[in-house]
Amino acid sequence: MPSYDVMPDVQLYQPAELEDALNLLDEHKNDGWLLGGGQDTYGWLKDRAKNPKALIDVNGISALKGIRPVDGGLEIGAATTLREIIRDPVVNSDYALLAQAAGRVASPQIRNVGTLGGNLVQDARCWYYRRGLACYRAGGNICYADSPEGMNREHALFNASRCVAVSPSDTATALAALDATMVVASVDGTRELPADRFFAGPATHITRMTTLEPGEMLTAVRIPARWAGKRFYFEKVADRDVWDFALVSIAVAMDVDGATIGESRFVCGGVACTPYRLTDVERAVRGKALSDDTGDQAAALASKGARALNYNHFKIPLMENLVRRAIRV
Amino acid sequence: MPALRYPDTAPESTAASRPNFDFTNNKAGIQAVNPNLTRRRFIKGVIASSVAAASTNAGLRAAGAQDQGSGTVERLVSLNINGRVRRVDVLPQETLAYTLRYKLGLTGTKIGCNRGECGACTVIIDGVTNYSCSTLTQSVRGRAVRTVEGLQAADGTLHPVQQAFVDELGPQCGFCTPGQVMSAVALLEENPRPTREEARQAMSGNICRCGAYDHYLNSVMRASGQSS
Repeated sequence: MPSYDVMPDVQLYQPAELEDALNLLDEHKNDGWLLGGGQDTYGWLKDRAKNPKALIDVNGISALKGIRPVDGGLEIGAATTLREIIRDPVVNSDYALLAQAAGRVASPQIRNVGTLGGNLVQDARCWYYRRGLACYRAGGNICYADSPEGMNREHALFNASRCVAVSPSDTATALAALDATMVVASVDGTRELPADRFFAGPATHITRMTTLEPGEMLTAVRIPARWAGKRFYFEKVADRDVWDFALVSIAVAMDVDGATIGESRFVCGGVACTPYRLTDVERAVRGKALSDDTGDQAAALASKGARALNYNHFKIPLMENLVRRAIRV
Repeated sequence: MPALRYPDTAPESTAASRPNFDFTNNKAGIQAVNPNLTRRRFIKGVIASSVAAASTNAGLRAAGAQDQGSGTVERLVSLNINGRVRRVDVLPQETLAYTLRYKLGLTGTKIGCNRGECGACTVIIDGVTNYSCSTLTQSVRGRAVRTVEGLQAADGTLHPVQQAFVDELGPQCGFCTPGQVMSAVALLEENPRPTREEARQAMSGNICRCGAYDHYLNSVMRASGQSS
């Protein structure tokens, strides 16, 4: 499919109130598109691979912006830019894991306008899907990436079900490790979901990456105080340090008493359609010393159950090494 | 004003072979606006009906009559570009790079990839760098946009960053240079004496296919008064 540089004909709404945005979204359930920083949007539109009729720009809604203390933790509005998060003093002092992850997203200019909500709900980066091919994720009945000749170096190791695309979001990995919850609103009210019920794999919803229903909007993310100021580790491995999505990333939060690891969260990005939690590793390192030996033991568990495709075997040792690096002193 | 045409605009016959390239099928209109949405509540808002009218000189080959829609159309907007207020007719879906180049004649801003993946179109909006190819013009109403044309003094003296780029032979072919200059200006306004590593990070959203990255970094360090 050729790509076109010119933006298509589309309506633009710029509501100033959340309620108005939700009403518009309800009205445009089938042809509406929420616009944050737009950095995931314009490519779809210019390619004519998605054809929304109404863009609902949420950047004018002050209720969706800003970082505020809530119940000892933080609430971050979905339209808060990654730039604001990276520079926020409280995020940096208490939840540096998120600041580090946000700082590795795309490029400076994209972080300047890209929003937290947009980074979390961005669509799959599988290029077959992005080209507008009728794959499973696009409602068709084939996966081009998981075919004998498919190029699947970037694709999933775990939990693939027909579709083998991975979660592209760096902040999702960090927020899952911080036990964050997502606040979702529609004209019918709001609900709050933990990361493991917000992000959806292909077995649950093959045409979307989240459990957001048509007419629903992610309005805020709440980070509990649970992991504030704990030991964090974030690393993203990508082909280029700018722009590129993670081949594998890891976000770790852990209680450390002296040199002994307590409870922890190990979450990998780029290996499954959702942020992928390494619960076996978490169990194995509990009560162990923070050391290279522990790292070696945990690394062996990290990739348990991985099902490599033709070209992504390299992600298995990559994951294992990231776990090792997260635990070493 | 003569009609400016977008350089990549293909002739009509070619368009017919592009199945999805369809400006004529906009039947959505905005008649169905929720009655709760009174105009007053769109304080800063705009409901821009997407009428890619033939009267625009955008070079968008919009076919004739379309649903005008009953909502407010705010096509004629005032933009603050380089400290001057410019009145311009802007489509809802129009990108800032497009408006700058093809409506305002500010062709210093380059369109490279048009996908936010190269940085040639970098401009400064309210002190922060943006990819103007991936910014809707309608979203910069009420904000201060600076392009490379706005850097030099009234008497033609180059901005210190521009002069440093010249002195250090920063550019090679020059196509990415306006974007590189804007990223450097935004960096130095916020952090007048960056380390080379900080400069490298700040410039990392701008690709140079000639690979003149070190020359650009030398330029930034010189502009900051630090010898490279």
